[in-house]
Amino acid sequence: MKLCIKNGRIIDPSQGLDAVTDLFIEDEKVLAIGENPQGFVADEVVDATGLWVIPGMVDLGVALREPGLTQKGSIASETRAAVSGGVTTVVCSPETSPIVDTPAVAALIQDKALMAGQANVFPLGALTQGLKGKTLSNMVSLTEAGCVALSNHRHPLESTKVLSRALEYAATHDLLVVFHPNEESLADGGCAHEGVISITHGLAGIPDIAETVALARDLILVERTGVKAHFARLSSAKSIEMIADARMSGLDVTADVALHNLLLTDQVLNAFDGHYHVLPPLRSEDDRLTLIEGIKSGVISAICSDHQPHEKMAKIAPFAATEPGMANIEVLLPLAMKLVDDGMIDLSVLLSCLTIGPASCFGIDAGSLSKGSFADFFLFDSTCHWQWRPENRRTKGHNSPFFGDEMIGKVQATYVSGNKVL
Amino acid sequence: MMQSEPRALQLNEQGQLKHFLTLDGLDKTILTEILDRADSFLSMGEQSVKKVPLLRGKTVVNLFFENSTRTRTTFELAAKRLSADVINLDIATSATSKGESLLDTLKNLEAMQSDMFVVRHGDSGAAHFIAQHCTPNVAIINAGDGRHAHPTQAMLDMLTIRRHKGRFEGLKVAIVGDILHSRVARSQIHALTILGVDEIRLVGPKTLVPDYFEETGVTICHDLQAGLTDVDVIVMLRLQKERMQGALLPSESEFYRLYGLTTESMAWAKSDVIVMHPGPINRGVEIASEVADGEHSVILNQVTNGIAVRMAVMSMAMSGQLQSQETAASKVAETASGEHI
Repeated sequence: MKLCIKNGRIIDPSQGLDAVTDLFIEDEKVLAIGENPQGFVADEVVDATGLWVIPGMVDLGVALREPGLTQKGSIASETRAAVSGGVTTVVCSPETSPIVDTPAVAALIQDKALMAGQANVFPLGALTQGLKGKTLSNMVSLTEAGCVALSNHRHPLESTKVLSRALEYAATHDLLVVFHPNEESLADGGCAHEGVISITHGLAGIPDIAETVALARDLILVERTGVKAHFARLSSAKSIEMIADARMSGLDVTADVALHNLLLTDQVLNAFDGHYHVLPPLRSEDDRLTLIEGIKSGVISAICSDHQPHEKMAKIAPFAATEPGMANIEVLLPLAMKLVDDGMIDLSVLLSCLTIGPASCFGIDAGSLSKGSFADFFLFDSTCHWQWRPENRRTKGHNSPFFGDEMIGKVQATYVSGNKVL
Repeated sequence: MMQSEPRALQLNEQGQLKHFLTLDGLDKTILTEILDRADSFLSMGEQSVKKVPLLRGKTVVNLFFENSTRTRTTFELAAKRLSADVINLDIATSATSKGESLLDTLKNLEAMQSDMFVVRHGDSGAAHFIAQHCTPNVAIINAGDGRHAHPTQAMLDMLTIRRHKGRFEGLKVAIVGDILHSRVARSQIHALTILGVDEIRLVGPKTLVPDYFEETGVTICHDLQAGLTDVDVIVMLRLQKERMQGALLPSESEFYRLYGLTTESMAWAKSDVIVMHPGPINRGVEIASEVADGEHSVILNQVTNGIAVRMAVMSMAMSGQLQSQETAASKVAETASGEHI
């Protein structure tokens, strides 16, 4: 199968490319960009005039909810939501039921993802068995079964000793560990950023030190053990400074943030709307602006949707009793484009953090349209104004504060390995 | 798709109360109206026939997800003195099924065609949640939600202050103790600010009085003497025993030594200071017995005033609720007649 995407604006930060030109695909891979390769006769030509052609986005934070939590989402529904948002590669959370702590569960997820035929799925394996923080998981077996990295998600480890041993073991086998820095005893019972809003509204606070105290410990252990480390969903200003310092001193760590932490602050909690209940919480304007600075300076190399679909009832309760998380993956780019439209981030930096940036953090071969890459990409109409309505959603999740909002920019088509999936 | 803030949710189109969720965002006119109306009910309490027919034929449901004898009883009395039919429901909640049971309970009670819910719940924002998810024809009165608000308690405190001091302007008020966990203190700060007192001081250790409160315009004092000097009103808050387990304080005795209200520490305040406490009091923990029972104490007046304030709030919310229902009905009628033309 030979495919030509003609006359689109190809924006590929991995090659520093932003030009109106043609993309040539043979079978599942990119053959060339620009000049028609000699002897290439396309079976299909897609006119992309006026559209952007962007490498499929790589999302490091997605909860697919399957196995076990299918009232919230399924591999089929959430990968469908992903590709409808232009996300062609997802790294999914180990927090399923059963937890991804055996090769069988890892294999099951990948099999179901293959059957669904939408986005590429890379599971995260649990760092400890059952995410209980006591016994190490079979890290090597999990990796052999397709887990791209290991993580205990936000679950605490029983002791710093267990954490240290887990990292040593992972380092032995050169495995990537994903940290969600969170000192449970400081975050305990909290549901909102500890600040003026949480104090005046009587919501139990999660101070930024719940993140930074854990981050400081984790960085010291990463340095000592030499383990490959990625820090996920950072939310506080101080964390950005700490990661920058660590990198300055030669520690090769990467980090990501959730898009909602770049768009929103705790000010939105005024109405106690549980749709804004996320973990880590939406923090102050100072934190938000510092996270954005972190993106501009390259300290943060990935932005993720932190997609966490829920059934309707999960959010119909008083704020603290709602389940945390938002399900925004299918409007990831239109939402993220607000940062570009507001002049906060350059388009190429934003797209880098959604494509090659996250792919590089995890060593995944994706997020680029360079010659020989998998032909994962999407066509984006950057001028389309539309309303995202719950009845038109692809995710099973009912939980987005952005339902009903006008979006600017829409994904028109998505290709995975050269095949049109949307 | 922002949900409306509590302040917008609780007023009808004419700016009258149709729910009573929080004092945040209300203006001085409404607060003064509550106090004036409560005053008139107070004098009625002294008469032999204590009932008025303002809520006759209406059903009030006391919906208490947290235990409370005192608040529930005064709400019940207030509703009965307004001639309403009252049902009390004490609903124990399990942490996991809270949301579901709350909504399901509401739907059931709605189906019984109740007119007013008086709600107490352990989660901040619960009253607001109920006002948003309930049929619009039910008035919601917040009888305490988590650490967020306890507006009728704050208003009965305001009534108590006004009856003793005759004014709010120029007053200095100290609130002492566990501010962090206190919905009463949060509502009092709003009420005192709206009514225009001169100064509000929050007094306690940093673990119970976080600096973030400063943003609300109050003065924070970590020292009791600094906090009480020259104040006209002292509000002592109850210290829960759990606070020691949470490592917020070392012991009751040390708290009492540093922040307990005694005859000696009261001497720092103005000579005509009044001492209030939302109850139930811990004698010898936050307040000395001789102070609680002393001539400056108005703690029992607060309870009496509580019934009057709750009558005032319930009758105002009910009439605001009916008014907004009429507005809605006339809009429907207008639309319908418009269609005929």
